[in-house]
Amino acid sequence: MTTSFVKIKNAAKSFGNLQVLKDINLTVDRGQIVAIIGPSGSGKSTLLRAINELDPLTSGEVWLEGVQINRHLPPRQYEAHVNQVRQDIGMVFQHFNLFPHLTVRGNITLAPRMLKGLTEAQANALVEEQLTKVGLLEKIDEYPSRLSGGQKQRVAIARALAMKPKVMLFDEATSALDPELVEEVNMVMKQLADEHMTMIIVTHEMDFAASVCDRVLFMDQGVVVEEGPPSVIFQNPVEERTRNFLRKHLARNGG
Amino acid sequence: MGLDFSVVPSYFGVLLQGMGLTIAITICAGILSFFGGIVFAVAALYAPMIIRLPMRAFAFLFMGTPLLLQLFLIYFGLIQVGIDLPAFVAGVIGLGLHFAVYNSELIQASILAVDKGQYEGARTLGLSRGQTVRRIIIPQAVRAVIPPMGNNMIALLKDSALVSVIGVMELTLAAQQAISRTYRPFEFYLAVAFCYYFINLALEAGLRHVERRIAASR
Repeated sequence: MTTSFVKIKNAAKSFGNLQVLKDINLTVDRGQIVAIIGPSGSGKSTLLRAINELDPLTSGEVWLEGVQINRHLPPRQYEAHVNQVRQDIGMVFQHFNLFPHLTVRGNITLAPRMLKGLTEAQANALVEEQLTKVGLLEKIDEYPSRLSGGQKQRVAIARALAMKPKVMLFDEATSALDPELVEEVNMVMKQLADEHMTMIIVTHEMDFAASVCDRVLFMDQGVVVEEGPPSVIFQNPVEERTRNFLRKHLARNGG
Repeated sequence: MGLDFSVVPSYFGVLLQGMGLTIAITICAGILSFFGGIVFAVAALYAPMIIRLPMRAFAFLFMGTPLLLQLFLIYFGLIQVGIDLPAFVAGVIGLGLHFAVYNSELIQASILAVDKGQYEGARTLGLSRGQTVRRIIIPQAVRAVIPPMGNNMIALLKDSALVSVIGVMELTLAAQQAISRTYRPFEFYLAVAFCYYFINLALEAGLRHVERRIAASR
């Protein structure tokens, strides 16, 4: 079955006079993993944040499993609609955005308890399941301030997964981490990939993108310059801009 | 003439009762100012204009006029419109609202200082705007504001002496009564100063305890 699961049609976005996304089309199938790469300012994060209406598009459409995310509705209905669809879209941020006033348990169970009415027992089972998955069960009653960056990001992933999302969005999930902490987060993401979670990953880590993704999009100045399987994009890109970007990136990262 | 503190112990019971009342007023008004401060802050930031404007005027009134006058207005003034409050209640309301307005200013600044990633983190999970403010933003803003709000609580304790003017038998008024019988103002005022100082020490110790308790969750 190759129905498109996430579908972005003619996406455009402007901040004032600045056009950051120009007529972008993207479809992602169920279980597919797509990486978006490109220089900073290329619009890749904006595109990702448009998928869950954090940065709504100026024009165009976003669909998830046959439901339009960015519907034009009266404010009240729009708010209810957005709150509903966001439950199906997990997001992981560069700076984790864990809630510092809640323990790891509280961070993970807050939304499921409030929005899905889980009982305490159900919530406890859920938090244990998710923390086991990211290998942090022993931190269940710690506050985020007591965790390393890598641990924080794994908790953030567990928090997103606890809502049982249909798709996961990663916005430079490892960019703020010390180099030695990147691997533990990558491992968790890889594991999700093995479980066929649908993922859209904005990243600067070409090796990681090459090893887990089915497809890579290279974006520059608000357009998708080139897209294809990682073997083509990384080893044999067609476009001059893609080659330039990868060459510069390689030189900078000594890879 | 020398100082003679030997008269103080015989008024120990009176002073102790006054001290109890001072503590009771401080606690009641403190609680009112804490929750009132949160309510005012949320209203000032999120309520529609029709609520926000009168609130603004109300806050301006409480910050721009003497607390003493506010106590007179609440205790003596309201009787004229049929609201006859016991002195203790009037004192708690006056002190509580006065400091709620100051706390509100602190909490507003603190709410605006919460990282916007917190808001995004909560909204992407599907929490509504109201749920996010209630469960994520306010708890963090309140934690951040506890040290400066502690200063307001100490000011509240000291200003509680003002409710003596509407006849609440708290520490200061108790001392005045003892003085009117013994003509020993220096001894009694000094004794009362020590009492305030003592309550203050306890209050500060309590605040430090709270700050330590919440240190990990900030």
